[in-house]
Amino acid sequence: MRSDGSQSAPLSLKIAAACGLLFLHLPILLIFVYAFTTEEKSFVWPPPGLTTQWFAVTWNRPDVWQALSLSVRVAAISTAIALVLGTLCSAAVSRTKFFGRETISLLVILPIALPGIITGIALRSAFSLADIPFSFWTIVLGHATFCVVVVYNNAVARFRRTSGSMIEASMDLGADGFQTFRHVVLPNIATALLAGGMLAFALSFDEVIVTTFTAGQQQTLPIWMLEELIRPRQRPVTNVVAMVVVLVTLLPILAAYYLTRDADQIAGSGK
Amino acid sequence: MTTAVSFQKASRHFGSVRAVDAVDLDIAPGEFFAMLGPSGSGKTTCLRLIAGFEQPTSGSISIFGERAEGVPPYRRNVNTVFQDYALFPHLSVLDNVAYGLMVKGIGKAERHKAAEEALSLVRLPGYGARRPGQLSGGQRQRVALARALVNQPKVLLLDEPLGALDLKLRENMQEELKSLQKVLGITFVFVTHDQGEALSMADRVAVFNDGKIMQIGTPEDIYQRPKTRFVADFVGSSNVLPPDFVQRYCGQHRWGSLRPESIRVGRTAKGAASGEGVSARLVSTNYLGATTKLALDADGLKLHAIVPAGNALPVEGEAVVLTFNREHLHLMDEPV
Repeated sequence: MRSDGSQSAPLSLKIAAACGLLFLHLPILLIFVYAFTTEEKSFVWPPPGLTTQWFAVTWNRPDVWQALSLSVRVAAISTAIALVLGTLCSAAVSRTKFFGRETISLLVILPIALPGIITGIALRSAFSLADIPFSFWTIVLGHATFCVVVVYNNAVARFRRTSGSMIEASMDLGADGFQTFRHVVLPNIATALLAGGMLAFALSFDEVIVTTFTAGQQQTLPIWMLEELIRPRQRPVTNVVAMVVVLVTLLPILAAYYLTRDADQIAGSGK
Repeated sequence: MTTAVSFQKASRHFGSVRAVDAVDLDIAPGEFFAMLGPSGSGKTTCLRLIAGFEQPTSGSISIFGERAEGVPPYRRNVNTVFQDYALFPHLSVLDNVAYGLMVKGIGKAERHKAAEEALSLVRLPGYGARRPGQLSGGQRQRVALARALVNQPKVLLLDEPLGALDLKLRENMQEELKSLQKVLGITFVFVTHDQGEALSMADRVAVFNDGKIMQIGTPEDIYQRPKTRFVADFVGSSNVLPPDFVQRYCGQHRWGSLRPESIRVGRTAKGAASGEGVSARLVSTNYLGATTKLALDADGLKLHAIVPAGNALPVEGEAVVLTFNREHLHLMDEPV
C-alpha cells in the first residue's frame, strides 16, 4: 500500500506510534532526571528536589575515572585490532575466490550471532586452559571478537560496491601494492571503516557479558555501574555517569550514520 | 628492428582451461593491432598478459625486446584503457588523469599541467574539476584514454573500449582513436568482438578462437581470404561451402568461402536457360536499409546473399538461381 506524502495517517495510528516512542525513550529521560535528584539512597518519583551536586561528587570519585579510563582504553585497542583484522579479512573474502571462503565469512560473523554468554564462557575456559591470567588484554581479546565483525561487515559491503578493475587500473598506472592501498583502496573504504570503527567502539564501550567472563579484578564502566546499582549509596552518581555515557556514545553513532549515508549518496550518484 | 610486443609459444592455462594456448604473435611498433574473437576466445587474456595482470604458464612474452615474465604491471611501460573505464570515483577528473604521474613522484604543478594537456588531447579541456560520476559514458571513456596516454606508454592496450557506447558515439570514437593513434605513433592493441570495428580501425587483425590465433593479417586479408571456416564465418559471416560443392565449380576438393555480396540472385527462368548457377529456394528476407539480406536454401545448403536496396526481390518460397564470379569463390587452407 502506498500513501502520498500529503495524506495523513489516522489518529489512532499516530497515538499508537507516539506511545511506542514514549515507551522506548521515557526511561532514558528518567535516568537523566534522576541524575539531578536530591535523594541519594533510592529512586523516588517525583524527585524530592533538584541539585547539580552529583556532578561534582562524580568528578571527584577516583573509581569512576578508573572504570572510565579502562573502558576507553579497551574500546580503543579492540577497535584498532578490529580495524586491521576486519579490513584484511574483508579484502581477502571479497577480492579473491578460494576454497572455504563462505565458511570463513560465516566464522567471522558468528561471534556477533552467538549469545555473548557463550563467547564469554568459551573464552574464559580457553584462557584458563592456556593458563593465561585475566588482565586488560583478555578483556581486549574478548571485545575484539565482536568488534571485528562490525568492521568486517561494513568493509565487505563497501568492497562489493567498488569496481575490481580500479585496483588493476592503479597498478597499470604505475602504483605498487602499497601506493594502490594508500591512494585507491583506503579512500574508497575510509568512510565504511570510520562507521564500522565507531560502531565497534560503542559496542565495546557498553559490553557487560563477555567482560564479566574475561575480566579479572578490573572494572569497566558498565560493570562498575552494575555494582553501583546494588549498593544504595550515592545512587545519582550512576545516573550522572549513565547520562555522560549516553551522550558520548550517541554522538559517534549519529556521526557514523551520517557519514555512511552521505557516502551512499555519492556512490549512488555515480551510477 | 625490434617488435613492440612479441609472444613466443605463450600459454596461459587456468586449470584445465587453455585460455591462451601456444600463441605466436608479433606486433610492430606504431601498429594499430586488433584482437578479434568471440567471448572466451582468449583475446582479453592475451591483453592481460601484455599488461602484466596475468603471467604466462609457459612460453615467453617480450615488450620492445625486454622479457616481460615476472615483471609486475606497475613496472611495465604499457597502459590500459579498461572496459568499464575503472576511473577512481574519489578523485577529480584532473587527479584521475594525473594519477600515473603522481605515483611516480612528479610535482603537483607539473603533473596537473600534463594532465590538462592530455585532457585537451581527448577534447575534454576544462573538465578537470569534475568528478567521474558527473560525466557521461563517452566522456568517461575519454578520461580513461587521457589517463593512460599521459604516461606516454610504449604500448596502449584497449579492452573493448567502445563496447558500452551507443552506435553514433562509437563511430565517432572509432574515427578519433584512429587519428589519435596516427598523431601519437604509439602502438595500439585493441580487443574487440565486433568484426566491423576491427576491420575498420586496425592495420592488422588477429582472429582468436579457443585460445589460439586462427589467422593474422590485414583487414582485407581476413575479410577476402579467410583461411579457415571459423574466420570466414566469424568475420562478416561469409558463406562456407563444403568441399563437394566447391569441386563442382572449381574442380578442387577444398573448403571454400563466398561473401554474401558476391552472390547474384536471379529468377529461375533466366538461370535455367543459361544452364549456369545454383538453383535454390528463397527462405526469408531481412531488410537492412541500404541492403537486403536473403536466406537461401540450395538443396540443403544454407546460404546468405546480400543485395542492394532497390532491386526487385523474389517472394519468399520462390525458386531462384544463384550466380557468382568464379574469382570470388575463395578456397580455404582448412584440411578437408
